[in-house]
Amino acid sequence: MTLVTGGVYALLATGFSLIFGNARVINLAHTGFFMLAAYLLWYFMRQLGLDTVWAIVITVPAVTLVGILAFRFLINPIREHLAAVLLMTVALAMAFEELMTNLFTSHYHLLPNLIPGYTEIFGVRVINQYLLTLGIVVVVIVIVWLILAKTKLGIALRATAQDAEIANLMGISVPRTLMITMGIATALAAVAAVVVAPLWTIYPGMWTQPLVMVMVVVVLGGLGSVKGSIIGAFIIAFVEQSVITLMPSYTYLSTVFAILAMVIVLIVRPGGLFGVLFEEERL
Amino acid sequence: MLPVPGRLIAIIFFVALLIFPLITDKSSHLYILTLSSLLVIFAVSWDLLSGYSGQVNFGHALFFGVAAYTTALLYKYLGWQPWATIPIGALVATGIGVVTCFPALRLRGPYLSLLTMAFPLMLLGVVMAFKDFTGGEFGIPGLPEIAATRLGEYYICLLVMTVSVLIMWKLTDAGSKYIRTGLIFHAIREDEIAARASGINTIRYKILAFVIGGFFAGLAGALYVHVLGGTGISTLSMTMSFRAIIYVVFGGIVSIYGAVIGVYTLYTLIQLLGVGARNFIGQNQILIMAILVILILLFMPEGLGVWVRDKIERECPRCKLTNGFWRKECRACGASLH
Repeated sequence: MTLVTGGVYALLATGFSLIFGNARVINLAHTGFFMLAAYLLWYFMRQLGLDTVWAIVITVPAVTLVGILAFRFLINPIREHLAAVLLMTVALAMAFEELMTNLFTSHYHLLPNLIPGYTEIFGVRVINQYLLTLGIVVVVIVIVWLILAKTKLGIALRATAQDAEIANLMGISVPRTLMITMGIATALAAVAAVVVAPLWTIYPGMWTQPLVMVMVVVVLGGLGSVKGSIIGAFIIAFVEQSVITLMPSYTYLSTVFAILAMVIVLIVRPGGLFGVLFEEERL
Repeated sequence: MLPVPGRLIAIIFFVALLIFPLITDKSSHLYILTLSSLLVIFAVSWDLLSGYSGQVNFGHALFFGVAAYTTALLYKYLGWQPWATIPIGALVATGIGVVTCFPALRLRGPYLSLLTMAFPLMLLGVVMAFKDFTGGEFGIPGLPEIAATRLGEYYICLLVMTVSVLIMWKLTDAGSKYIRTGLIFHAIREDEIAARASGINTIRYKILAFVIGGFFAGLAGALYVHVLGGTGISTLSMTMSFRAIIYVVFGGIVSIYGAVIGVYTLYTLIQLLGVGARNFIGQNQILIMAILVILILLFMPEGLGVWVRDKIERECPRCKLTNGFWRKECRACGASLH
């Protein structure tokens, strides 16, 4: 369970971190896209009765498209104004929540496991859904890492993250790169939603709790660092799950301990575990 | 001779608030406006801390919630009356402001924002974990009112709001000859290293910003629970923190009036239009607010208040005096405004 929660946090945090690193946008709507994807999946599978594979195949690109459009038409025009961007993303997430409430009511929804049954590993019964989730998480993270490290696009992305102006001078179209980043980030959120939707309940307010945890993870690992996000995700998930397991009557404290872990790391290392402390941007 | 339009509008608006009970004495309308005045204090205190001194705080609900719970617990367990508990609540929030400084001041930029966001959530977890003492998700109901009637409450809150906003406005006024904090906050926000190089103890002023912001947010929180008649976990929630940010950025950050405009447009107007929750506006308040925010920001990224100010006021290029939009020449030095 730790691994599954950690994997989901890792997917979400990687996307969040990518978009922060490249566009310097704290995208508070990130888990809003996660919620949107979960709802779409539920809608396609339950209301329209589509096959699981088809539902996923439609959901992920659809949410990615929404993310890219939102970035292109809502965030990019005001990217210079940091406070305005922040508020824009909050407003976006709130609009998503209200839309989902209006369309699908605020009831809790459940999805069946994508594959039924369980496997026995070292005498422990593991539900197949967990294995599937974990498998997809690993595959997706490896793909993202390959894109970042090996392809031309990845080099462009990292160049933009380091210095957008210089990247622009070198012939990289910054707005296009940022749009691609946003696309990857939302796609990651959508994949996270797809793999975790059967395990968590789906309701309009489901974006706030992961948002907090994602921020904790990203800060712990260091803003803008993909490696940090992944390691941070598993640390936080481990802390959270051990609190739930060791003190079942105080499950509310799981967030407290997760945040406490972050505060301790920040006090020792103000830039997070793997963070790059950005040079103070003096203009 | 007409004065500067911005100030004229502020005075007219204040007078309108004063005589508002003459127009309508519906208790629900007064209630909305009472809460608005408290939200104004809350939003302006966020603007002082995050807008002016640049310490962008994502967890302003911490001060609000701490004060709310302090007043409520003092009444519940010790039976103290509001006139004693409200100042204590505000002071405890101030103390919390000092405590949060120490981890917060080591960080800057987005790290600071995300760290401060964590504090109220931690406290929320604690509140939920000790249900017997704090009431858990049901909160602490049954607190006394601060005045016998809604009208009394309205005027008390309006008075507190006016005084608080005036104090915070003076404290952040960079042009003031007597109080230096405004100028120093601006300097810290623009360039902390340069401020330090000029011999300003920036840490001390950052702590001061946390103290002032914490005090006024706490004041708002303490009054809020007495107007509401009870406290709940919503006072500590992330939504509460974001509300301050939404109002301020919507109206225009780093401007006291921006926060006021934000609250009265996004909260009061939408609430008043949707009283009773029977019409379309009443049922879709949050959606309308979100769409309004998105549209306004798209066309006025500096905020509604700043946009309007730029339309109606013009700064003299020579003596920096603000002039009405109808003037061709500065009213003091006669320099051309074009």
